[in-house]
Amino acid sequence: MTTTASSLALSVAMAAAAGLVGCFAVMRRMTLASDAISHVALPGIGAALAFQIHPALGAGAALLLGTLVIWGLEHRTRIATETLIGVVFSTALAVGALITSGEELVDALLGAPATLRPWEVAAGVLAALGVVAFLLGQRSRLVIRLVSADMARTAGIEVARLDLLYLLAFAATVALGLRYLGVLLMGSLIIIPAATAKHLAHDLRSMFAISVATAVLSTVAGTVLAERFGRPTGPVIIAIAAGLFFASLLRRRHS
Amino acid sequence: MGNALEVEHLSVSFGPRRVLQDLSFAVSEGSALAIIGPNGSGKTVLLQALIGSVSRRGVIRWAPGSRIGYVPQKLDIERDLPITGIDFLRAKSAVARAGGKEISRALELVNLAPDLAGRPIGTLSGGQFQRLLLAFALMGRPTVLLFDEPTAGVDEPGEERLYETIRRLQLEEGLTLILISHELNLVFRYADRVLCLGREPACFGVPREILTPELIAEVYGSPVKYHRHDDHHG
Repeated sequence: MTTTASSLALSVAMAAAAGLVGCFAVMRRMTLASDAISHVALPGIGAALAFQIHPALGAGAALLLGTLVIWGLEHRTRIATETLIGVVFSTALAVGALITSGEELVDALLGAPATLRPWEVAAGVLAALGVVAFLLGQRSRLVIRLVSADMARTAGIEVARLDLLYLLAFAATVALGLRYLGVLLMGSLIIIPAATAKHLAHDLRSMFAISVATAVLSTVAGTVLAERFGRPTGPVIIAIAAGLFFASLLRRRHS
Repeated sequence: MGNALEVEHLSVSFGPRRVLQDLSFAVSEGSALAIIGPNGSGKTVLLQALIGSVSRRGVIRWAPGSRIGYVPQKLDIERDLPITGIDFLRAKSAVARAGGKEISRALELVNLAPDLAGRPIGTLSGGQFQRLLLAFALMGRPTVLLFDEPTAGVDEPGEERLYETIRRLQLEEGLTLILISHELNLVFRYADRVLCLGREPACFGVPREILTPELIAEVYGSPVKYHRHDDHHG
């Protein structure tokens, strides 16, 4: 496979995972957490660069930690989770910005066109397919859980475990897209296509299809345009996704 | 016939607030238990304790092989959620490993038209949504049905119909019913046992003996109007 073809395959797989993960995030009204969770990757990237290890490793470790924090907050506290998430993750962004420097900081924040080694592409595609397989395999449980945790329990679903697995899938998707979108905008690739789909769809299948199609289209078109005009990839991808979202608002919902 | 459920010394607290204290009762298989009490007396919390979604002290013993269907009182659903009734029932069918026929059977049992089930769940009326939740609970052949205020948000003829449906299911399927209700008339007509919360100690017994005007005044704080349907069935 040529470099272009293989990086295209990775961005398509990553965007498909983002589109699917986003459907559940939007339906569960966890958009703030979704946006914040990607910010936590920054101190991880900064630390990895400082210690000269693979940035994805640092980002992954920080995201895992962030995921466990959100999961713990969801299940253990009755205080305003949103406030805590806002504070914790903004702090992560601030700390990350302090320990990362110069051009690396801009790339980490906004994403950059990538030249990836074959093993990086292979690992990325595999991880993205894993996320997609998990979400499609568990979609019935996830749907019941988002409608009612109590009804999910009586249907024999282990709610806390399912929530953790979902958040891990979410974090993995963020990690996959960091290269293209950066920590500031990766959360938006998960949320915006799903919000577009929620507005247009009238059932679950069409929501999944529209969300995945929008995410893939934005990512591929955004990556190509960003490279051609020498811009950071993240803002271009999100501008396209946001354009599609606003266009979708022109269409009236039928209920 | 044995007991479907035995509860001994059940207590639930949220922080310093005790919601349920030292509650003991049993429900025999195939019978109907009505839980009554004023708002804030812990009726919903009791059902949540029974399904294991709040932490508690004491013993809750379901009969071996019990399968529980739970219909919550109210769900905070966005109107524009792109999940149809069929999507929701299909999800249950996949999780409960029930066949595709189970969906149409459940819809028939609760008298919900298939075209209504094809609409997004946020657009259904209160009564239609209740019926959908009931259909969901009935899939996978439960042995026990927990129903939180079956008629909240349902108009009066709808209320009557919903109770008739539940009653019919109880007789046809041999279900054990545990339901929360404010409707004392209906409690009189349909319940085999009544558990009243909101007084110390909680009282438990057959409706005719338990539901005296004095007790109702004590539990609800003021006299509540109701009619005893001693001879009327239907």
